[in-house]
Amino acid sequence: MLTMLGQLALAYVAVLGFGLIINIPRRALNVAGWIGTLTWGCYLIVQSFDGGVVLGSLIGSIGIGVLGNLAAHYKKMPSIIFNIPSLVSFVPGSQAYQMVRTFAVGRYLTAVGFMLQVVMITGAIALGFLLAELINRLITFCLQQWGRLRQI
Amino acid sequence: MLTTDELIIATCLKAGQIMVENGSEISRVDDTMSRIAQNAGVTGANTYVTITGVMMSIQGRNATQIAAIKQRTIDLEKVAQVNQLSRSFAVHEIDLPTLHAQLAQVDQATRSFPLWLQLVGAALVSGPLMIMFRHEVVNTWPTVAIGTLGYLVFYLLNRYLKIKFLSELVAALVIGIMAEWAVQIGWGTNINDIIIGSLMPLVPGVPLTNAVRDILAGNFVSGPARAVEALISAAALGFGIAVVITLF
Repeated sequence: MLTMLGQLALAYVAVLGFGLIINIPRRALNVAGWIGTLTWGCYLIVQSFDGGVVLGSLIGSIGIGVLGNLAAHYKKMPSIIFNIPSLVSFVPGSQAYQMVRTFAVGRYLTAVGFMLQVVMITGAIALGFLLAELINRLITFCLQQWGRLRQI
Repeated sequence: MLTTDELIIATCLKAGQIMVENGSEISRVDDTMSRIAQNAGVTGANTYVTITGVMMSIQGRNATQIAAIKQRTIDLEKVAQVNQLSRSFAVHEIDLPTLHAQLAQVDQATRSFPLWLQLVGAALVSGPLMIMFRHEVVNTWPTVAIGTLGYLVFYLLNRYLKIKFLSELVAALVIGIMAEWAVQIGWGTNINDIIIGSLMPLVPGVPLTNAVRDILAGNFVSGPARAVEALISAAALGFGIAVVITLF
């Protein structure tokens, strides 16, 4: 439990740091950090049910896409400002490094295994964004219908 | 003296150029440019945006302009500022000449976060991500120090050499050598963990995310081009690390 809270705090800090590097507007920093924390929490929950890294990344990136869009409407800023920093904890950096290392020392079979992991995680993130786009369109559509109903 | 059509096109192109140069996705640039044209009273504006150039013409009039994009950096603050200016133009808070002048101002402005704050950012990225990925805290301080140093090397080289891939390669080399050194003097215990954490600030997150978004939006010129950019960045980082690993 304590390690989980620690991980969430670290996720917030890391997103904040990446936001500073790519120079997002100051008033977006906090919101981006919270999106990163929430989605990392979803990832950890999936992990604790033995869901695996790929499913965790999928759920996390769906969360980032949807929450980023909501934050963009709320703060009136482009949604990439929230998406890109929040995604930093989901980058398969560890697997990509292991792939390069095993390739460099000539253990090609292990390297291909790591490469497949990197490809699958990246694909899961891309698919997550696609699904998030779908959910965003649904939310906009429902809001429009709701507005029309209230006018009548 | 500029005619109205020319000023409208020049303003739209400036907005588009700033947005592409600073890391916005293509569909947003397209959208912003058409909105500015629409709010300036032009119907039938054609925009064509790629990551190396922006073109615009007005249907049936004798005006077309092209803006070339020579270099791209990542500065999302400017993207947000252009977005904001476009919004205030839409509600008639500012007129077209003011918008053009303010866009030029945004283009000239320097980054709002100074170098030291970016270095703090690099430190905040490398240490926490190392702990999150590897579930250990022994190597935190070497990772923070080497990650910050690696980002500093990348920043300075990129500023003076202006070749992004070369700067990434050298930064990866420096990170690898410093990590090896830290382990040899006994400051850190695991070279792998230190390198993983220290590389995270240099990961091409923006090109990768934008590549996915561009491809999903149907921009098959810019999306794959960005994917190639991200791939070459990743390859430069990987090659630098691979050299260090094979040497030691």
